[in-house]
Amino acid sequence: MSAHNDIDRVSGRLTTGHEWDGIKELNTPLPRWWVLTFYATIIWAFGYWVVYPAWPLVSGYTTGVLHTTNRAAVTANLAQLEALRGEKMKALGTASLADIEKDPALLTLARARGKAVFGDNCAPCHGSGAAGAKGYPNLNDDDWLWGGSLDQIMQTIQFGARSGHAKTHEGQMLAFGKDGVLKPDEIVTVANYVRSLSGLSTRNGFDAAKGEKIFAENCVACHGDGGKGNQVMGAPNLTDKIWLYGSDEATLIETISQGRSGVMPAWEGRLDPATIKAMAVYVHSLGGGK
Amino acid sequence: MTKNVTPKQLMSGDDDLPLYAPQKKIYPQRVSGTFRRAKWGLMAFCLGLYYLLPLLRWNRGLGAPDQAVLIDFPNQRFYFFFIELWPQEIYYLTGLLILAAFTLFLMNALGGRIWCGYLCPQTVWTDLLYAVERWTEGDRRARIKADAGPITVNRLARRVLKHAIWITIAWWTGGAWVLYFSDAPSLVKDLATFQAPAIAYIWIGILTASTYLLAGHAREQVCLYMCPWPRIQAALTDEWALNVTYKYDRGEPRCSVKKGLHLRSLGERAGDCIDCNQCVAVCPTSIDIRDGAQLGCIQCGLCIDACDNVMRKIGRPARLIGYDNDINMQRRTAGKTEIYKPIRARTVVYASLITVVCAVMLDALLTRSLLDVNVLHDRNPVAVKLSNGAIRNGYTLRFLNKRGFDRVIAVDVDGPANGQIHIVGVDSVTPDRPMIVLARDATTELRVLVTAPFDEKVEKTQPVKFRITDIGLGEVASATDHFVTP
Repeated sequence: MSAHNDIDRVSGRLTTGHEWDGIKELNTPLPRWWVLTFYATIIWAFGYWVVYPAWPLVSGYTTGVLHTTNRAAVTANLAQLEALRGEKMKALGTASLADIEKDPALLTLARARGKAVFGDNCAPCHGSGAAGAKGYPNLNDDDWLWGGSLDQIMQTIQFGARSGHAKTHEGQMLAFGKDGVLKPDEIVTVANYVRSLSGLSTRNGFDAAKGEKIFAENCVACHGDGGKGNQVMGAPNLTDKIWLYGSDEATLIETISQGRSGVMPAWEGRLDPATIKAMAVYVHSLGGGK
Repeated sequence: MTKNVTPKQLMSGDDDLPLYAPQKKIYPQRVSGTFRRAKWGLMAFCLGLYYLLPLLRWNRGLGAPDQAVLIDFPNQRFYFFFIELWPQEIYYLTGLLILAAFTLFLMNALGGRIWCGYLCPQTVWTDLLYAVERWTEGDRRARIKADAGPITVNRLARRVLKHAIWITIAWWTGGAWVLYFSDAPSLVKDLATFQAPAIAYIWIGILTASTYLLAGHAREQVCLYMCPWPRIQAALTDEWALNVTYKYDRGEPRCSVKKGLHLRSLGERAGDCIDCNQCVAVCPTSIDIRDGAQLGCIQCGLCIDACDNVMRKIGRPARLIGYDNDINMQRRTAGKTEIYKPIRARTVVYASLITVVCAVMLDALLTRSLLDVNVLHDRNPVAVKLSNGAIRNGYTLRFLNKRGFDRVIAVDVDGPANGQIHIVGVDSVTPDRPMIVLARDATTELRVLVTAPFDEKVEKTQPVKFRITDIGLGEVASATDHFVTP
């Protein structure tokens, strides 16, 4: 650049001496603070290489003197979270289920914790509001296959039903049709009989006495006299207004023919004891608990 | 470098002006008089209020904060003397902002930019820091001379002292700010022993920096380039509003004292302005008021004091510069008497609006309920069929007890026929009418179940009303929702 001292009149700055069609280029060097900051970042980068993982190698990477990893950071964060929740969750862990329900503070905590964990673990089957679906019980109502007291709910959550856990609830609706125990016309008859137990309409010309006989021979063992159900075996009450798989004739025929064996997983080992307690209290408080 | 060219030089050219003129250093001169005294008084009042208010105590009873003005973010409460506001009453803030806007409009209609000149925090703190500058570095002439000369030890010491005092004031300003958000005496102790939360130090730092930079260094630049008010206020001003005005009908033609005396002795007309430039010397934004109304004028009235002092010395009547308007200027020129109309459509409308907003706020404040209930219906499922065929709906009820003591309330439900109410976790001795204890000054959230026998004949959706009654005081509150039958 040739020596010159051409000063722009408006801004009062030196120009570079370059001119295109009467437009001159101002000589505006980068501000010193900017340049210094830029140099500082370069120096910073060297420090970063030394301290943090930075360089990929053939079969690994440089770990840096701090040996920082994202996994370790997450673990530390989780530990911190646990420490933060520690006292409160400890209170949940030591209090009895009944005490938790009686203490407003603990009840609020258990419901909040239960609701969050329910959303993560139970909602896929039971729905986000625990309203259930066909084959998946509605936990808001008062119909319980395995019992609706606090302890019974907790036991079901802990060990599940037909889950394979050593202490799981066991119980089976046999496949009377598939296994050849009942003939198709007998299944139709007993299905209508079961409908009559809850006051539902029955098919024309259906033989109630025959239905009662088939029921007494095949079903009473589990569902009890009059079909009132048995919570020890997880056998549903057939006289109430709630049907897990549906109450229409076709569904009942399918149930009797094919059997049912829905599975509730065991949550012990997957969730910590305090959380299982919170969950039991939450489910119990939904409104159906006994 | 920008210092090569001054705005004056730029204006002489025919090129377009740059968007921002480079800052030129202003050396406002000390002045005394009516408006200066008014400014000192208002400054003492504003700063005293700001610095001392958080230290004022107010007894609210056991367990409640005893600070008169407290913004308690962690507990979501705002205390202002006898008033305690909850988050859902934040709309009072809307009322206050509307009130502030109308008050500003009214001030503008009556006396122009009074806010800018006397009450604006930027003005108040800049004025204070200018006073410090005059005390440490001397008045206008001394400062100009010192800045032009070489740096001496004396000069350096004065500058260091000035900045030290500035930073102390700025730091105290930031410190007073955080006291509004926590119990002041204990926070002061915590701050001194470095036990206070980091956020307190961060805010003190931010406000120290902003006070020091804005009031100490940016000064009039804030008014000229950063503040939107001059633009808005200029639009609010009408021909009746009083503005700091140079009465050119009296001042022109400018001439020296001697020449003025001579002309008047001959019976000829001579202006009162002797072009002494005192009005410019004292101006904190360094404008010449004689050029007429302009953006840079913050209407602080210091030029009025300066001019009055000069007029007194030369034996001419005061208020050559004064609060005046165009209408009076024209009336004087036409030989009519001056008039001022503070009561006119604009001011009446503003005053009425202020009264209405005040009345609405007062009414809202006096009639605000100290017991309240909100209801939220379960979304999923909206209704549950029980084994006996009955229908149950779940609700989340939130109770608000704004009183400073625990109280017992009864919950009633009006809705579906034969409806039964049950509150989860509450075993009440009166099953149809559960009683619960509401903790003082808090919200309580409970799950409530309403069960009613199934009835084909009723509507699928019926209104349901939750009514709560304070057993002791008889206060009642209610909330309505719906009872859904699937």
